[in-house]
Amino acid sequence: MASTITTPVAGNTAAPPPAQRVRNRPAWASQHLGTALIGAVAGYAFGHWIGNVIGAGYTVPQSNGENDVAVVLGLALGALGYLIGIGAFNYPLAKLIGREPLPEVAEEGWQRYFRFNLDHKVVGMQYVIVSLLFLFTGGLLAMAIRTELLNPTNHFFGAGTYIAVVGEHGTIMMMMASSVVIGPLGNWLVPLMIGSRRMAFPRVEATSVWLFSAGYLVILTALPLGGFPTGWTGYAPLQTQSTAGMDSYLVGFAIIGMGMILAGLNLGATIINYRAPGMTWGRVPIFVWSVLATTALLVFATPTLVVAGLFGILDRTALTAFYVNEHGGSSFLWENLFWFFGHPEVYIMALPGFGIVGEILPVFSRKPLFAYKVGAAGMLGVALLSFFVWQHHLFQSGINPDMRPLFMLTTELISIPTGFIFLVGLGTLWKARIRFEPPMLFALAVYFNFLIGGVTGVFLSDVPVNVTVHGSFFVLAHFHYTIMGGLIFAFFGGLYYWLPKMTGKTLNRKLAIWHFWIMFVFFNLTFFPMFIIGLLGQPRRVFEYATRLQGLNDFSSVSAYILGSSFLIFAFNFVWSIYIAPKRAESNPWGSRGLEWQVPTPVPHYNFERLPVVVADPYHYDEPDQGVADFGTFSEPALSEVAAPGEQVPPADVQSPDDSGDLDPRPPIV
Amino acid sequence: MAATTASAGAHRARNSHDLRTIATIWVVLSIVADLLFWFLAGPHIPPGRMSDQAEGAQFDFNVLFVVALPVVILVWTYLGFAIIRWRASRHDADEAPVGVPARTALRIQTSWIAITTVVVIGLFGFGTYELIAPAGAGGGEGPTAIWKPTTKTILPIQVIGQQWMWTYRYPSFGGFETSQLIVPDNTEIAFHVTSLDVIHDFWAYQLGVKADANPGTDNIAYVKPQQLGRFTVRCDELCGLWHGAMYNYGHVVSPTAFYHWATTTEKKLAANTKTLPPFAWTYTPDANGADGGYYLDNVNPYSKSSLYGANTVKVKQYGASAAQS
Repeated sequence: MASTITTPVAGNTAAPPPAQRVRNRPAWASQHLGTALIGAVAGYAFGHWIGNVIGAGYTVPQSNGENDVAVVLGLALGALGYLIGIGAFNYPLAKLIGREPLPEVAEEGWQRYFRFNLDHKVVGMQYVIVSLLFLFTGGLLAMAIRTELLNPTNHFFGAGTYIAVVGEHGTIMMMMASSVVIGPLGNWLVPLMIGSRRMAFPRVEATSVWLFSAGYLVILTALPLGGFPTGWTGYAPLQTQSTAGMDSYLVGFAIIGMGMILAGLNLGATIINYRAPGMTWGRVPIFVWSVLATTALLVFATPTLVVAGLFGILDRTALTAFYVNEHGGSSFLWENLFWFFGHPEVYIMALPGFGIVGEILPVFSRKPLFAYKVGAAGMLGVALLSFFVWQHHLFQSGINPDMRPLFMLTTELISIPTGFIFLVGLGTLWKARIRFEPPMLFALAVYFNFLIGGVTGVFLSDVPVNVTVHGSFFVLAHFHYTIMGGLIFAFFGGLYYWLPKMTGKTLNRKLAIWHFWIMFVFFNLTFFPMFIIGLLGQPRRVFEYATRLQGLNDFSSVSAYILGSSFLIFAFNFVWSIYIAPKRAESNPWGSRGLEWQVPTPVPHYNFERLPVVVADPYHYDEPDQGVADFGTFSEPALSEVAAPGEQVPPADVQSPDDSGDLDPRPPIV
Repeated sequence: MAATTASAGAHRARNSHDLRTIATIWVVLSIVADLLFWFLAGPHIPPGRMSDQAEGAQFDFNVLFVVALPVVILVWTYLGFAIIRWRASRHDADEAPVGVPARTALRIQTSWIAITTVVVIGLFGFGTYELIAPAGAGGGEGPTAIWKPTTKTILPIQVIGQQWMWTYRYPSFGGFETSQLIVPDNTEIAFHVTSLDVIHDFWAYQLGVKADANPGTDNIAYVKPQQLGRFTVRCDELCGLWHGAMYNYGHVVSPTAFYHWATTTEKKLAANTKTLPPFAWTYTPDANGADGGYYLDNVNPYSKSSLYGANTVKVKQYGASAAQS
């Protein structure tokens, strides 16, 4: 056994940092969400003023009274002020001017969730809250869309309001979905799952969550600025001609994109370099594989979005012509750049969901994960192929037709590695002892929903069929089945599964099961009719449709209201079970063999008293006597005995060069 | 627990018993569902059979559906069987019993991969044939179409998208412009789709035609109507405020009726046509669009002075020969 244990990280025995003063400011003088918001407002005001100084002399603002330079600078500097206000730049700025930054005390209590905190567990919970804010905002907008579509000709909203709501709903949901699993569960779980005490780059990690919330604020400003008429795809030249709400879209996506890149870099570096001794690639949990595949997409695909957005901003402010046909640019450029990001983005959303399902299934069927290697290979295969399919969004757009069979082929090929995920799931269920706890219900629902989403994807990839269904409600139903039916169901399954560990409180099981059944049934009743609506000829994003389709649309709308209300059950359960009537959760309520469940609840600040030595993959449900990891039975004092919670770890413990098991040579986070 | 202690022979027997049950349910349900779909729903699947291309799309959809149904039914049957047969009893759940171990089962894995690969490659081959054979299957092929109808006489009709309406120019009849879309039956038609402002998408629903209208680009889609009647034209790409209201109707009429309509309209609109910019495949788009905006162009879009490049036209005369056919 000993020969199979490897140490992923080469030894780094640098001298420990000298003892330092720690920052210990009173609460009123510290930096938190409040100062961040003040920074945002100040930044916006300053940027808007500068923009008016620069841009007011142009003929364009004078002719139509709208100065996009001021809006863009206001939003960008507002986001910058937000980050300065939260203290994201304290450390690098102090380094820049040659001062040794003061290490910060590890905070306890609820205040830490409103601060720039370097603990991956705090960042994970911050991501949970911001993701739910995104989700509920987008969900409310979806209710507005379904309300407008209750009647084909009588309108609840004006055309302008409706199109703003549609664009806002799509963009908010896409921004949310790009981080909804990677952010909350990825940040919270990955270090615990791979046996690490921390992330590779804690400051980068903390910056990513604050960028994520800055993006939320920026995209919200689109509504008071008049919205944007382009939907979440932002096609030029409509993008170029629309009003100031478009700036929120472009700046917001750039900010979210930067957060995605940072989160991806940090998670990828952590998974590759910070695995515990013995955590070989053959033992890494399947969820970590899915996060690793996703980080590759985040790092390589998202920069395209940021750059494409920058081009759009320049077109709108500096009158460049990247996307303006008659000035030498091309609207095809935006379409290609956007979908070159946009299709990997689809798998940024799908893959972590598969990972969650792969973690939940073995626990509740009491069986090893079937075809583990094929599952991991499938995720990497999906990630790789997803860079070669983007033009299937442009089959009828007027691109070169001879590329069409190629992109039809690559798109259909992607269903092979996606099929691996089904192989893993179905094989794991073979002759299992299935326990229908809420997480398992959600995981099974993912297979039900994603099957429909995946199979209709093959229809869309087929060019002759695509001629009919492209841009119709059929597409809309398809991607709601994959993103909501796959990712969001997996996300809630993951929340019900891991929240007892994350919060230390037990969620109410009955409410969870009610939530599941209402969400599952009415999700299908909402979106399945949309396949038919689309086939019968209703394009996306319209506020007027054929009167013969009113019955189906009304059915879908009413189902959507009930679907929306199912989230209230979750919100109530969340607040009630965690804050109002908390019930302590056991440290391993589901009987899981995952490393993250073997640590006490609440998880100590540095996760592991001693770094575990992993001896097996976490799916040995068939061999109850097989250990998961060696958590150390040494005579040296444990971390908690030499350092009080929140205190600096004494250098002696950090070095421990002759410790036979605890081989973490890295200095602690300062 | 019993399964783990059972002899290997009994174990295998029970395995094959469960497999046989699932397979039987799957085969029966698949055949029934496929037959029901093909004969009951199949003939009514959109976009119908108004054109050669629409009929191809319908056939293609039906073939995909017949292939997809057994896949869906396989997973659902398996899931349903698992949920009913392999659920832990309340008593079992307390002590967290362990299911029958299966980690690798290499033969299952390899056959799963092999079968999905074969199905996918097969669908690709079929889809490519169905794309190329009916001249691009009604999709926009861009300015240089490579899958064309074999007939010599192709009637060109220009479709001009603009915020927020469609207009049509008939270059074979002096290039008159109208908001009426009348097309002849049983004739190869080339829709030349372009835009004057933002990206629209010309979707002639029942004809099975879809092509993006890009400013400055001539996007060609071929279609051969085979039934008389009315079809819906909708804009299928978000083009701004009134995108939802951007639709009208076209008509397929007999070639004789079409020739009569075209020649009369050409005469009726002759004065009007003179004021239009000369017919071209593309026109200078208006970056500012209907909302006003940024670019203070000195050109008046869609005017005589603003032809987009030197892309003027030589249209083959379409006339009496088509009318007689």
